[in-house]
Amino acid sequence: MPTLKEQFWDPVAGFGVTFRTMFRKVVTEQYPKEKKPTAPRFHGRHQLNRWPDGLEKCIGCELCAWACPADAIYVEGASNTEDARFSPGERYGRVYQINYLRCILCGLCIEACPTRALTMTNEYELADATREDLIYEKQDLLAPLLPGMEQPPHPMRLGNDDGDYYRGTFRRQDDETGEATQ
Amino acid sequence: MTVTPSKAGSNAPAPQDLVTLTIDGIETSVPKGTLVIRAAEQIGVQIPRFCDHPLLAPVGACRQCLVEVAMPGPDGELRTMMGPPGRVKPQASCTLPVAEGMQVKTQLTSPIADKAQQGVMEQLLINHPLDCPVCDKGGECPLQNQAMTNGRGESRFQEVKRTFPKPINISAQVLLDRERCVLCARCTRFSEQVAGDPFIALVERGALQQVGIYEKEPYRSNFSGNVIQICPVGALTSADYRFRARPFDLVSTPSVAEHDSGGAAIRVDHRRGKVVRRLAWNDPEVNEEWITDKDRFAFHYANRPDRLTHPQVRDGETGELRPASWPEAFAVAARGLRAAGRVGVLTGGRLTREDAYGYAKFARVALGTNDIDFRSRPASAEEEQFLASRVAGRGLGVTYTDLERANAVVLLGLEPEEEAGTLFLRLRKAYRAGGTRIFAVAPFTSNGLRKLGATVVKAAPGEEVPAIEQLAHDGELALDGGGVILVGERLATVPGALSAVAVLASQTGARLAWVPRRAGDRGALDAGCLGSVLPGGRPLADAGARVDVGAVWGSTVPTVPGRDTDGILAAAAAGELGGLVVAGVDLDDLADPTAARAAVASAGFVVSLELRASAVTEHADVVFPVAPVAEKPGSFVSWEGRVRPFEKVLEGSNAVPDVRVLAGIADELGTPLGFQTIEAAAAELDEFASWDGERAADPTVAASPAAPAPAGSHRLATWKTMIGDGPMQDGDPAYHASGPTPTVLVSAATLESLGAAVGDQVELSTDTGTAVLAVGVADLADDVVWAPTSSGGVNLGRDLGAGAGSAVRLSLVPAAAPAVQEAM
Repeated sequence: MPTLKEQFWDPVAGFGVTFRTMFRKVVTEQYPKEKKPTAPRFHGRHQLNRWPDGLEKCIGCELCAWACPADAIYVEGASNTEDARFSPGERYGRVYQINYLRCILCGLCIEACPTRALTMTNEYELADATREDLIYEKQDLLAPLLPGMEQPPHPMRLGNDDGDYYRGTFRRQDDETGEATQ
Repeated sequence: MTVTPSKAGSNAPAPQDLVTLTIDGIETSVPKGTLVIRAAEQIGVQIPRFCDHPLLAPVGACRQCLVEVAMPGPDGELRTMMGPPGRVKPQASCTLPVAEGMQVKTQLTSPIADKAQQGVMEQLLINHPLDCPVCDKGGECPLQNQAMTNGRGESRFQEVKRTFPKPINISAQVLLDRERCVLCARCTRFSEQVAGDPFIALVERGALQQVGIYEKEPYRSNFSGNVIQICPVGALTSADYRFRARPFDLVSTPSVAEHDSGGAAIRVDHRRGKVVRRLAWNDPEVNEEWITDKDRFAFHYANRPDRLTHPQVRDGETGELRPASWPEAFAVAARGLRAAGRVGVLTGGRLTREDAYGYAKFARVALGTNDIDFRSRPASAEEEQFLASRVAGRGLGVTYTDLERANAVVLLGLEPEEEAGTLFLRLRKAYRAGGTRIFAVAPFTSNGLRKLGATVVKAAPGEEVPAIEQLAHDGELALDGGGVILVGERLATVPGALSAVAVLASQTGARLAWVPRRAGDRGALDAGCLGSVLPGGRPLADAGARVDVGAVWGSTVPTVPGRDTDGILAAAAAGELGGLVVAGVDLDDLADPTAARAAVASAGFVVSLELRASAVTEHADVVFPVAPVAEKPGSFVSWEGRVRPFEKVLEGSNAVPDVRVLAGIADELGTPLGFQTIEAAAAELDEFASWDGERAADPTVAASPAAPAPAGSHRLATWKTMIGDGPMQDGDPAYHASGPTPTVLVSAATLESLGAAVGDQVELSTDTGTAVLAVGVADLADDVVWAPTSSGGVNLGRDLGAGAGSAVRLSLVPAAAPAVQEAM
């Protein structure tokens, strides 16, 4: 035979939690109507950066693909020629794909990148309707052209050779032109 | 790759030749003369090294392999080898032979050796650009690896590194990044010692020292790709593989090269269903660690746009080929072949052993004929008899190792550097070791023969027989004292020559080997793709052999001897044969390409099994696409008679091998082959034990004296250069550009009478046509000229209707007139 407490108090005791919470601050986020900024170093979608003249920083070395624990990155390198230059130096990434069905956004690729070509943005809205659309190609990942940048292929504008770029001894065309990242 | 394989038991020296030493406290006994670095390998101690290579002479160039060494003195007390007073002098273990009682301490047990190695590594890295991310060697680089295991973590070098302008072409295929070079001299030693093409050398001094070429001459070698492979850093890279992949992208499969009869072991690296490069694999019995450039770079043919992807049949109404399903194509082919009645089979020399066996059985069981021939080149009935009596089904005969042991090797109708590169390298090794003398019957002293130190018995084309007969009495040659005769396939074009060779071998007791050019020739012969030869070298004429074969096949074997290639084509043109089944035959390879084209065009019904569209598929009534070597398993038989099996490289490919296609047609014909797969075909072929019965008799064709060239003409000597125009070499511009300029060679007197200088354009002409090539000079007879059979867009058979021994006219192309440049 249940006690009086069990019969009358226990069934309504839970409402006490409800009642208390009604006066607390609401934590529900109104996503997607309201979007909150992420933490500044949140691991979001990748970005392939550019030099201030628009040349790509990626040299197609595949170290990101090598570092990737999920085998999400596919890169094919190719030679820059005098007629078609995409990056300073000899080599550029002709094909660059990241498969966001596989990517776990761990950031090991960023650590592996020797030229800081690959960084991560704070964009996290990586959902789509088809599998194909979640394989991001190079044009999807490249940073947008900022003022002063020129769509490759074009010759090196900031120095005579790739050494000038990597040593940072290139001529700044426009001091306000920063890098495309962050 | 650089670890020396343990020698076979028979080579092991007598115990008294062993030297006992201690390495890292482990006592070991090794043969006298062994280098310390090699002795350490044998007990599992890896000493870092760059310049050391077991197949190259020691040089001690990189100093990376320093170890601490102590030797017992006269009083028996150990004394460490010292440098300046009070300082130990580490020794380079790659140049130091072992000595009795020696105490070696490597980096594992000696801090002095470890510090010395780290110092050397730091020194090597001072001028190394560390551009690993853009370097093709990154990920498989001995410098990278050994810098991690035996180097300091941090560099103390602050100054500006030496730089050079980025890569220079030392040939069209080989690129040199001078700043990455650690001056180990592996490439220059390979070129000088192994290939014999010393076009590259170390030039300049001190910090500026670099690998260089003679400015006016690119690095020209049929074996140049090997320097890319043995470079321990990324200084030498290939134009073809540049930036194509990383080691971790690649799936490596051991395979066998399909370009010559050497049977070279290769490693095929593929990425995402496409072969991206091929490397030499280590097989000490066959190719050691070297392969030819053709084996290394000529693999793009399988990915050309004209690759056949689906069966096609000729539409009755439009007369055009149209795509068809496999069952339809099988049915149409079977219907056509049945209606054609008598059918001939041409298999070409590029088939694997198993596929060749499929054709041999298909011809006899399904088509009921012996009209089958694998020889797609100038051939003769004498050759057929020679092959039946001396070569077919003989198993392993003369081997590469035997060549090193032979006291004399005679080359007849064979230019090893161009026609059998792996063989050339082994002959050169034998020659350099000093024990083997090399003789050749040839029209002139070619570069290849010069590199072999060959004694050349000069014979104009067609006049080889007297020269061969003379060899038996050559006291200097002394074939009867352990000689080897190597016969090339070109000797078939000289009447009586192979008969003379058989006599020579019998007279002197010299061992005989037949060296065809194509990888599939020996296998096709053993599988029975010849009119008078059944599988396993069984002679068709022998009733016992026919019963033997019939028992395995469960059917009777046709008894009428088959025609040869020319006979089959002539019969097809004349209507005696109603149909043809043609495998990978390039009609331009045949003695008379024009007649062959006409014969295929006029043949009643042609079934073509091809990889790519060809002159045969143009006229074929049914075309079946078949798998290239990388997309099927199989085996080749090397010129030694060694079976060289290989696995399917591209597992994802669903291309079907010839055997499967033949089985499909045979099923439709109502005479099943009994196998549909390579494995089953191989198993059935292996059921044929070697033939112990009577063999065909040696050929006895009398020599017919060659007709002298008509006045104003020259006799043509010709063979194919390694880098030439074959369809299996298509697709790599750098490879072709690294080949020799197609050149007509004439005697100095002829050059003078033409009024030409070396390098001028000359015109070769016959009544059929003309061809323009550059001219060069060689020690030819005055009435003989040499030209490559098929190079630089010129095919002598197709363009001139000329083969070895033909009369050709020669004239200088006036410099003012624009020289006709044939398209590559």
